[in-house]
Amino acid sequence: MSAPNKSYDPVEVEALKPEEIERMRDEALAAFAAAGDLDALAQAKTAHTGGTSPLSLANREIGALPPQAKAAAGKLVGMARGAVNKALAARQAELEDERDARVLVEEAVDVTLPHDRVPAGARHPLTTLSERIEDIFVAMGYEVAEGPEVEAEWFTFDALNIGPDHPARTEHDTFFVQGPEGAANSGVVLRTHTSPVQIRSMLDREPPVYVICPGRVYRTDELDATHSPVFRQVELLAVDEGLTMADLKGTLDHMVKALFGEGIETRLRPNFFPFTEPSAEMDMVCYVCRGESVGNPDRPCRTCSSEGWIELGGCGMVNPKVLTACGVDAEKYSGFAFGFGIERMLMFRHNVEDMRDMVEGDIRFTRPFGMEI
Amino acid sequence: MRVPLSWLREYVDLPATETGRDVQARLVDAGLEVETVEQLGAGLKGPLVVGKVLTIEELEGFKKPIRFCTVDVGPANGTGEPQEIVCGARNFAVGDKVVVVLPGAVLPGDFAIAARKTYGKTSHGMICSSDELGMGPDTTGGIIVLPPEHEVGTDAIALLELVDEVLDIAVTANRGDCLSMRGVARETAIAYGLPLRDPALLDVPAPNSYGYPVKVADPIGCDRFTARTVTGLDPEARSPIWLQRRLQKAGMRPISLAVDITNYVMIELGQPLHAYDRSLVDGPIGVRRAEAGELLTTLDGTKRKLDAADLVITDNRGPIGLAGVMGGANTEIADSVTDPETGEVKGTTEVVIEAAHFDAVAIARAARRHKLTSEASKRFERGVDPQAAAAAAQRTVDLLVLLAGGTAEAGVTEIVSPSAPRSISMRADHPDRVAGVEYGRESVVRRLQQVGCDAYGQDELVVTVPSWRPDLSEPNDLAEEVIRLEGYANLPSTLPKPPAGRGLTERQRLHRRVGRALAGAGFTEAPSYPFVAESVFDQLGLDAGDPNRKVVKLVNPLSDEEPALRTTLLPGLLATLRRNVGRGSHDVALFETGLVFHPSSTPGVAARLPVDRRPTDEEIASLDAVLPVQPRHVGAVLAGAREQAGWWGKGRPADWADAVEAARAVAREAGLELAVDQGQYGPWHPGRCAELYVFPEGVKTLVGHAGELHPRVVKAFGLPARSCAMELNLDDLEQAGEGVVQAPSISTFPVATQDVALVVDASVPAAAVENALRVGAGELLESIRLFDVYSGEQTGAGKKSLAYALRFRAADRTLTVEEASAARDAAVAQAAESTGAVLRGA
Repeated sequence: MSAPNKSYDPVEVEALKPEEIERMRDEALAAFAAAGDLDALAQAKTAHTGGTSPLSLANREIGALPPQAKAAAGKLVGMARGAVNKALAARQAELEDERDARVLVEEAVDVTLPHDRVPAGARHPLTTLSERIEDIFVAMGYEVAEGPEVEAEWFTFDALNIGPDHPARTEHDTFFVQGPEGAANSGVVLRTHTSPVQIRSMLDREPPVYVICPGRVYRTDELDATHSPVFRQVELLAVDEGLTMADLKGTLDHMVKALFGEGIETRLRPNFFPFTEPSAEMDMVCYVCRGESVGNPDRPCRTCSSEGWIELGGCGMVNPKVLTACGVDAEKYSGFAFGFGIERMLMFRHNVEDMRDMVEGDIRFTRPFGMEI
Repeated sequence: MRVPLSWLREYVDLPATETGRDVQARLVDAGLEVETVEQLGAGLKGPLVVGKVLTIEELEGFKKPIRFCTVDVGPANGTGEPQEIVCGARNFAVGDKVVVVLPGAVLPGDFAIAARKTYGKTSHGMICSSDELGMGPDTTGGIIVLPPEHEVGTDAIALLELVDEVLDIAVTANRGDCLSMRGVARETAIAYGLPLRDPALLDVPAPNSYGYPVKVADPIGCDRFTARTVTGLDPEARSPIWLQRRLQKAGMRPISLAVDITNYVMIELGQPLHAYDRSLVDGPIGVRRAEAGELLTTLDGTKRKLDAADLVITDNRGPIGLAGVMGGANTEIADSVTDPETGEVKGTTEVVIEAAHFDAVAIARAARRHKLTSEASKRFERGVDPQAAAAAAQRTVDLLVLLAGGTAEAGVTEIVSPSAPRSISMRADHPDRVAGVEYGRESVVRRLQQVGCDAYGQDELVVTVPSWRPDLSEPNDLAEEVIRLEGYANLPSTLPKPPAGRGLTERQRLHRRVGRALAGAGFTEAPSYPFVAESVFDQLGLDAGDPNRKVVKLVNPLSDEEPALRTTLLPGLLATLRRNVGRGSHDVALFETGLVFHPSSTPGVAARLPVDRRPTDEEIASLDAVLPVQPRHVGAVLAGAREQAGWWGKGRPADWADAVEAARAVAREAGLELAVDQGQYGPWHPGRCAELYVFPEGVKTLVGHAGELHPRVVKAFGLPARSCAMELNLDDLEQAGEGVVQAPSISTFPVATQDVALVVDASVPAAAVENALRVGAGELLESIRLFDVYSGEQTGAGKKSLAYALRFRAADRTLTVEEASAARDAAVAQAAESTGAVLRGA
């Protein structure tokens, strides 16, 4: 057994005394606690954990101790340094939190400020309403068909069984297009309905044909609160084997339910059109009063004038003569068709009071309708 | 067609409790559009009685002549004493029978009658005009003077049939039969399942050879002509009250007895009639086509030059009537005139009655040619029952004998072109197949019989249609009769099963995307009318030879100022812009997508192709060839602030770049990057006009322009200064679209960024510099962005500096600085070679 090491320096041993280590530790903890901000803490950190800090210096002394003392001293210093580092980290986190909270408060803004830097645009409600109707039928498998607005009379009238003497074929109703050298009888008109697209669809395709024909049409009406010489229609044509008026009715019922909600149905009233036979006028239940305003003067309905029904447009079974003119075998196939004006529907669906609002392009009218309707 | 309910009841025994509204509902279900039910005499309350004028005192000193009368009203006033009444009318004399309303009564329009002081007298009631009683069209121009036979004190509400209901029916073009009481009564009888008393079922004497001579030279235009003669008419005879009232309720003005009777029979049976004053007809009556240029003065006093296609009635002198439209003035029934000397009443005493059937198309064309629509032409156009002519003539004769004391001559002229009843073959289940309902043969036959058809056969029916339904000619017409009478309301609701669809076409999706993109960018859609004045192209500053000046013109424009169709969307957009600014919206961005119209390069007349078969592809192509070219354009205009000023800082006025960006936004939706050249085109500022190109299949194609508008255009359209616009041919864009996007391969190696500033001549377009940089940089270039444009002292006069950020990246490695720099140098070298660019600071 070797003798105890007597060659240590009593002064250095002083620095590693437990009470000294405790003092250093406590001073460091006190300095951290006293640091009021992150800068002060950084200084305290340098002073108490840096290379020249008392605890670091003390740590260095351990090497000078006799081996048997090293372990105890190392443990002592290590624990003190651990406590100091832990306190430093805690204080650091505490002060950062305080700073962050302060900064976030300082960065607060008034989020109620308006932001209309680039005012919103909008699509025209006639466009979006037309698209909405198209989408109903596209979902059922129909195609959307389009055609020229300046159209041959044959497509616009003759093929639709509207003979040359029909009153619609006068300058009273129809815009005629000048022929070469300004000739009046060019056989070309501004289409008065989108029905020529139905004709073109039948000529282009083999049955079955299921198309929806939206578009602009023209009639010689002066612009007023309820008329426009230029307006939009949606027409539908279905040609297939075994189509019936019941199918027509069901298709109309489906459309008005999709546009106006469950419980809204259509009513057919006999009427006459050259291009359909049988023909009907179609009405829908008033979606506002649902018929409750009828005979009920206490609850008048503006939308349907207390009639309970809203007139939509015309419909019927495609006249076999029309099928024949389009090369469709009228013995084998039957068809139904309907058509109505989008302006009118926009008026009663959205309470538009004056046709001119839909025509003039005032952005104050159009903007509220946004992108879809 | 106005149908008095009281008159209708004459032919159908409707339950007494049925109101006009009830009948309306039934008829609407059956297919007659009863638009309104007018309540005649609503709120009317007596006493309203027949009175006899006893004395008349003319009151002087007032602005208009006023009479103070005493009128005997019998016991109606409770005293039997003469009633003192002040009256402003002058068309009556002492002894006349008049209609007197007494205090306590209420006239239509909530007009309560009480004794009142007026013109210095007290008036105890009123002597009534037909207006005040709500009686309808009238020619008396004063108070009602009744025939003398009516007794004093008689209730005038009943006498004048003042309380009634009138159904107003909008008759469709195919139902000429319902322009008569007979037709409406038939529909009513069917709707109620009641028998009809057909007013056309009359005993008619057989035609003979001694009637008034008639020669029909055009049996196609006139397939039936009945003439009857009545003599010994009393010129003093007036239409009885019931006759006048029925005419008034039906919306016609009573005129004279003979005319009233022909009108009455026309309304009753639907057969237009004409009565000629026989003493004024010179020789036989003829029917022929007019000679072009012949003249005829019609009853409305208009002198008309006739067309060779007009069907006319003639006598020895020439035309005496425009057949089926209007009679001539030269054979008009004379108004009765009293000779002031002798007191003798002179007027027409003998008439020839015409009941004829004319070709619907001939009459329609004549009415249109002469812009002359009459009750007669309206009926002939829509189809008159040819079999009713004889009955109508007989009915007219009967009434003339009964009401005018006339004598019917025994001669009966009847000229009839032979014709057979029309038959239609139809499968008995055809209506079932049209409706989607199983009615069964029995119901089908029963319904067809109700409308007057004969139907024979089992599975295959042979249906003979009645003479009054010329509109029934095809199986579907018959199906409609069955279905409407079975009730449209009873149709089930089923859905067909279309083949699975493919949704919208690429083109349709593009149109929607374009709309959404522009709306999303702050533009508001504003579709405008396509009508323009040709002078608008001057306003737009187009060259004299600009193809956009070639327009499609209308024969009958709404306004003679705007006879052409647009070739550009700008006129409409600019007008809408001005309207918005004028209404106080200063920051406006608008867009429109729509067709423009260019005359066909192969102009001509579009043929009337046949309709009894499919036209050939060549025939269809011949129609399409003459139609205008109608591409879809998109246009946008801007004025005012593009970005608003606000708490965030200053605003930014809309400028040329916003217009170009709008065009780019549209092109992006078509999957295209627009190429931009500096350009010049009429409507745009010559220094701020971008020509916009795409490259379908490598061919550089101009698709539109964008930029700031020319100050002249701004002025011409009254727009805010520096308004901007763009217009693109959307069809061209769509066709240039590249279809399916190919996914790029994304390198995950780091990017190397290099900035270069190049000095070029001010006239060199930035697009050219960028293009050169791209070419020179090669495939390592990932993106390029112009981040600054500068011109000033440091660049030197006439120069500008363009600063670009180039980003390089390789697919397979991290680029070295040397590699990136080499690529950059190559880019700069290319720019130097192509555009004369010099590296700034070099």
